[in-house]
Amino acid sequence: MAKITFITSDNETITLEGTSGSVMELAVNNNVKGIDGDCGGVCSCATCHVHVAPEDFAKTGGPEELENDMLEFDDLTNEYSRLSCQLQISEALDGIVLKVAK
Amino acid sequence: MKVSEFPDAFKKEREEKGYDSIEDQNDPAMMILGHKDVRKCAHQWQTFQSGAKPGRIVIPSEVNIRETRQIPFEVDPPEHKSYRNLLEAWFKRPLNEDYKNQLTTQIESIVDEVLNKDAIEVVGDFSLPLQSRALTLLLNIPYSEADLWISWGTHVFRSEDTALDADKANILYNYIDQEIDKAIENPSESLYSQLLNSKVNGKKLTKEEVKGVMILTFAGGRDTVINAVTNSIAYFSEHPNSLKALKENPAMINKAVEELVRYFTPLTQMGRVATKDAEVCEHAVKADSRIALNWASANRDERVFENPNEVVLDRKVNPHLSFGFGIHNCLGATHARQILRILLATLSKKVTSIDVLEAKENIEDLGNFKRKVGFDSLKVQFNK
Repeated sequence: MAKITFITSDNETITLEGTSGSVMELAVNNNVKGIDGDCGGVCSCATCHVHVAPEDFAKTGGPEELENDMLEFDDLTNEYSRLSCQLQISEALDGIVLKVAK
Repeated sequence: MKVSEFPDAFKKEREEKGYDSIEDQNDPAMMILGHKDVRKCAHQWQTFQSGAKPGRIVIPSEVNIRETRQIPFEVDPPEHKSYRNLLEAWFKRPLNEDYKNQLTTQIESIVDEVLNKDAIEVVGDFSLPLQSRALTLLLNIPYSEADLWISWGTHVFRSEDTALDADKANILYNYIDQEIDKAIENPSESLYSQLLNSKVNGKKLTKEEVKGVMILTFAGGRDTVINAVTNSIAYFSEHPNSLKALKENPAMINKAVEELVRYFTPLTQMGRVATKDAEVCEHAVKADSRIALNWASANRDERVFENPNEVVLDRKVNPHLSFGFGIHNCLGATHARQILRILLATLSKKVTSIDVLEAKENIEDLGNFKRKVGFDSLKVQFNK
């Protein structure tokens, strides 16, 4: 079980609990605004972009090469950017805070 | 060659130099072939514009057959965003439960229909009606309207012998004009009425702007969806185990859709016009000349996709460009994805195998390149 907090662009804070699947799926299933996950999680649409809170970045780690390539061309990318479809939910992510990029 | 095999037409040039030139009605375009270069150019909307003369970013160019600007894809920022915002919510409706149920009913009924026949010509008797009926949901208009579009045939905008046919295009344009006038007289819950009631940047949309959105809605999703559906049938005919795998593991359907869309890339390319002198692949691009973002080539780039010429139905990381890339990515992608997801679910539930009886490939003539993009006809038998 991991508690994951999303902060949307209108500053709404939503804390969700997940046990499996990706962070994108958790967000989409709970209608977190700004996370669309159009491609269903294959790293092709970049509609699930989040900024990991800097103090939590060690927990998620940085993006792999292909994910990094996707982020490279997104205008809202910063050094803490991740595509949430590539973040698998596990105990290791418990307590992290993600700011929705869009 | 197997009917479901779609070769990579661009491999040699992509690997050797990364670009090539394509002639098109005295307005050549520099075709960009590598995954990274395509994405980079798609991202640079200031340098490579979409808001050029209407029809010019399409390849083959449509400047000689239309003047109406298609919205939002032939509009650049900052105006682009206002139009896109207006349309985005509407074009995401396919995610609604009710929409999904209606689409499922449509697709299940057409699959049931073909299961009871000995032979079916997939393009005209399956994919075309499927696409047309699904479009009534996207426009939110009566189902019966699809009959008219089906009667137009698969190529509303093209005739058999020419890629550009003004007379045929005019049938669509006149039809849309009439439908807009009807919607003004009798407002309804349709996309036409929705647009006529909308404002962008404080100004009501003009009839010409509404027409621009509607032409794009009709044109963008016609042959692309028809090809995606037909080609998927071809794939399953030669891979019956895949149907079985999807039936046993429906969670795989999403990945399968993305992979089929990558492999088939229904729209080969889309152009842009350079706003200033630029450089791509260490090659000069002159101001006011065209480039072409070749999605099909990018989707087979070995530097990005392992075994790019194989369909790997459960490919996990799949950054394909079949719906474009950047701010102009496909507005109809949600609708298209939903059609394909429901189609795969329905086929895997109801169909055991598909036998191909006859196939006539549709080969796109792109100057130095010949690319298989789909079928002119595909006769098959569906088996329960």
